[in-house]
Amino acid sequence: MAITDIDQYAHLTDADVEALGAELDAIRRDIEESRGEADARYIRRAITVQRSLAAGGRVVLMFSNRKSAWVAGTAMLSLAKIIENMELGHNVMHGQWDWMNDPEIHSSSWEWDTTCPSVQWKHSHNFVHHKYTNVVGMDDDVGYGILRVTRDQPWEWWNVGNPIYNFTLGTFFEYGVALHHLETEKLRKKEKSYRQALKDLRIIGRKVGKQAAKDYLIFPALAGPNWKSTITANFTSNIVRNYWAYMVIFCGHFPDGAEKFTVEEYENEDQPRWYLRQMLGSANFRAGPLMRFMSGNLSHQIEHHLFPDLPSSRYEEIGVRVRELCDKYDLPYTTGSIVHQYFQSFRTITKLALPNALLKATTDDAPETASELRFAVREGVQDHFGVDPATGRRRGLRTALRELKKAPVRAAA
Amino acid sequence: MDLLKWSKRPAVGVDAKKPQVNIVRGLIARATTPLLPDDYLHLVNPLWSARELRGRVIDVVRETEDTATVTIRTGWGFPDSYKPGQYVGIGLQVAGRWHWRSYSLTSIGDEVDKTIAITVKANPDGFLSAHLVEGVSPGTIIRLAAPKGDFHLPEPLPDGLLFITAGSGITPVMSMLRALRARDQQPDIVHVHSAPTRDDVIFLEEMEKMDGDLLSYDLQLQLTREKGKFNIDQLDSEVPDWRDRSCWACGPVAMLDTVEERYAEEGLREQLHIERFAIARTDVGGEGGTVTFTKSDKSVEIDGATTILEAGEDLGIQMPFGCRMGICQTCVVPLAAGYVRDLRSGDEHREGERIQTCISSVSGECTIDL
Ligand code: FES
Repeated sequence: MAITDIDQYAHLTDADVEALGAELDAIRRDIEESRGEADARYIRRAITVQRSLAAGGRVVLMFSNRKSAWVAGTAMLSLAKIIENMELGHNVMHGQWDWMNDPEIHSSSWEWDTTCPSVQWKHSHNFVHHKYTNVVGMDDDVGYGILRVTRDQPWEWWNVGNPIYNFTLGTFFEYGVALHHLETEKLRKKEKSYRQALKDLRIIGRKVGKQAAKDYLIFPALAGPNWKSTITANFTSNIVRNYWAYMVIFCGHFPDGAEKFTVEEYENEDQPRWYLRQMLGSANFRAGPLMRFMSGNLSHQIEHHLFPDLPSSRYEEIGVRVRELCDKYDLPYTTGSIVHQYFQSFRTITKLALPNALLKATTDDAPETASELRFAVREGVQDHFGVDPATGRRRGLRTALRELKKAPVRAAA
Repeated sequence: MDLLKWSKRPAVGVDAKKPQVNIVRGLIARATTPLLPDDYLHLVNPLWSARELRGRVIDVVRETEDTATVTIRTGWGFPDSYKPGQYVGIGLQVAGRWHWRSYSLTSIGDEVDKTIAITVKANPDGFLSAHLVEGVSPGTIIRLAAPKGDFHLPEPLPDGLLFITAGSGITPVMSMLRALRARDQQPDIVHVHSAPTRDDVIFLEEMEKMDGDLLSYDLQLQLTREKGKFNIDQLDSEVPDWRDRSCWACGPVAMLDTVEERYAEEGLREQLHIERFAIARTDVGGEGGTVTFTKSDKSVEIDGATTILEAGEDLGIQMPFGCRMGICQTCVVPLAAGYVRDLRSGDEHREGERIQTCISSVSGECTIDL
């Protein structure tokens, strides 16, 4: 079973958790106070770059009968779509730029360039996902209602298709995101009426229509004789964007070490423990400036989950401080190369196509799903934690995980 | 007909002087969706957008020690005509943030040159006004909100007018005077204007010239350093026929209060028009206050710890909300008037800004369009 007692899992005392919460609050305050001209310039430039790429790509694709134009135009359009969805849409709708008080760069007015209507997304993502992050049964992003990503989700026969659903979801990610709001899980459990779902579907349909008309009707028509190559170019750029967004998001949530939580844990939670859940539930991947920009700074998923409404461009700087805190409290900071993180996510998804009975590890102690019980099943491990009185060094979760890895499996008596 | 509506649909909510423009805008928007063509065009020229009204500062001219007239070239969609006495919303970006304030227009509307003017007094506590007077260089792009306000002259004009102004309260009245001067027929005007010294009188030359040129305009300057503050009882001796005149008054709160009281006492309240923008510009301080929800027509007094979201829900208003902890932005609404304080950061937000109701409480008073 996923984490129920987060203090115990994190190897922190009450006082530790309070202190950690206060330190994270201080980071938020510092960043909030230092937002200014440079940040505003950053987002305005990002918008200019994105719109120039979009306009440029569309113009070049007017000549898409020429191979070079097709390639260049498709590349530009793909980049534009990626930047719009990740660095602009996602972050603006989180309210990261609301402090600028600019009506055009504001969470309440931004509509993004993808099939998911922004109103619905603000609910399913900003609210459901970010408030209930990784609480199994409450956060629909844990598997999106179609994937089995943790052993806490009971296996059903149709889960054998897990790897296939995974690729389908990646390819048509924007539609997956759009349909997310239907909350199929709730429909299945009859917690949501079909009438409401139909209403949602109509709103989605309208947005899908507009997006599809633009890419597959209007621009091809404008391109005249080049309509066919324009359609293929637009289709390609949509798919490129879909895959990239899917990759980034999966790398942030499904690598080993991105923990899941039980409803019980959530119910006894206060602000510092909310922070802790975000830290333990997310994963980063290593990225240079360009990759950071292209991922909407979601290479810093941990920082994003801690402070979803602080400007994305500051996550790198926040990350330095979060890492220091992880060192101080001996907590893991889950990160790795993007390939490594994706590989782990993929492995989990493939593995979990099988029922638990066919799998080696348990729901308390698997690479991707753990609970505080993983420490209990191993004799003696628990005792050496806390601050070492001799050296003053903390021996917490990170050390525990490391030792677990090394220690041979020994069941508790 | 439906086709027409369809063509314009993406541009609903965008001000356009000619409806045809929004047909074009709407049709092109099918290709630029979810944006408008304006969003691309304003990258080329910041004034080429009517989605948000914009303007470019042309020049800033000092009127007195602490006031300046800012002339602004307006961009697409800004209405050509407005009524003298109305005010306009100005948004200026300082340190990355847009700050919004309203100022009375001192220009009278000119279809040809598409400029407007505001005259701003730099109050020591007025962050934005100080910026406008001291620090705005020509060429700066600002945002605008369309002119509004009820403080303007009626049509047809009354025969006798009385203006009671003080300090920068002259600005909306100046625009009325200029508009009247531009007409042929002149009503009879008495204008009582107070300022500490002659040097502090904004538009002094212009008013004195009118006073000399026009028989129908009588300027009574009240220099308060010498003569003391304007006293409502002066009217009986200095403007004996004041009861027969329609009055427009603008200036400090205290002055307006006495004027209003007197008019009410005499049963003449109907004849009095007041512009109270001074109230909205003083820092109310303290916490808590009255929240008004205009669409539901309800209001309530709350303390500084109650959030606006809670206040609204307690009144039975359908308030948008999600996380109730400040992270999801579901609860964001524009602040129609007044002040709120962000309970997390302690920042004060004011009219024109968008606020998260779940983590904001009122600071003095505020109005929400819900
Ligand atoms: S309800 Fe989520 S930010 Fe206010």
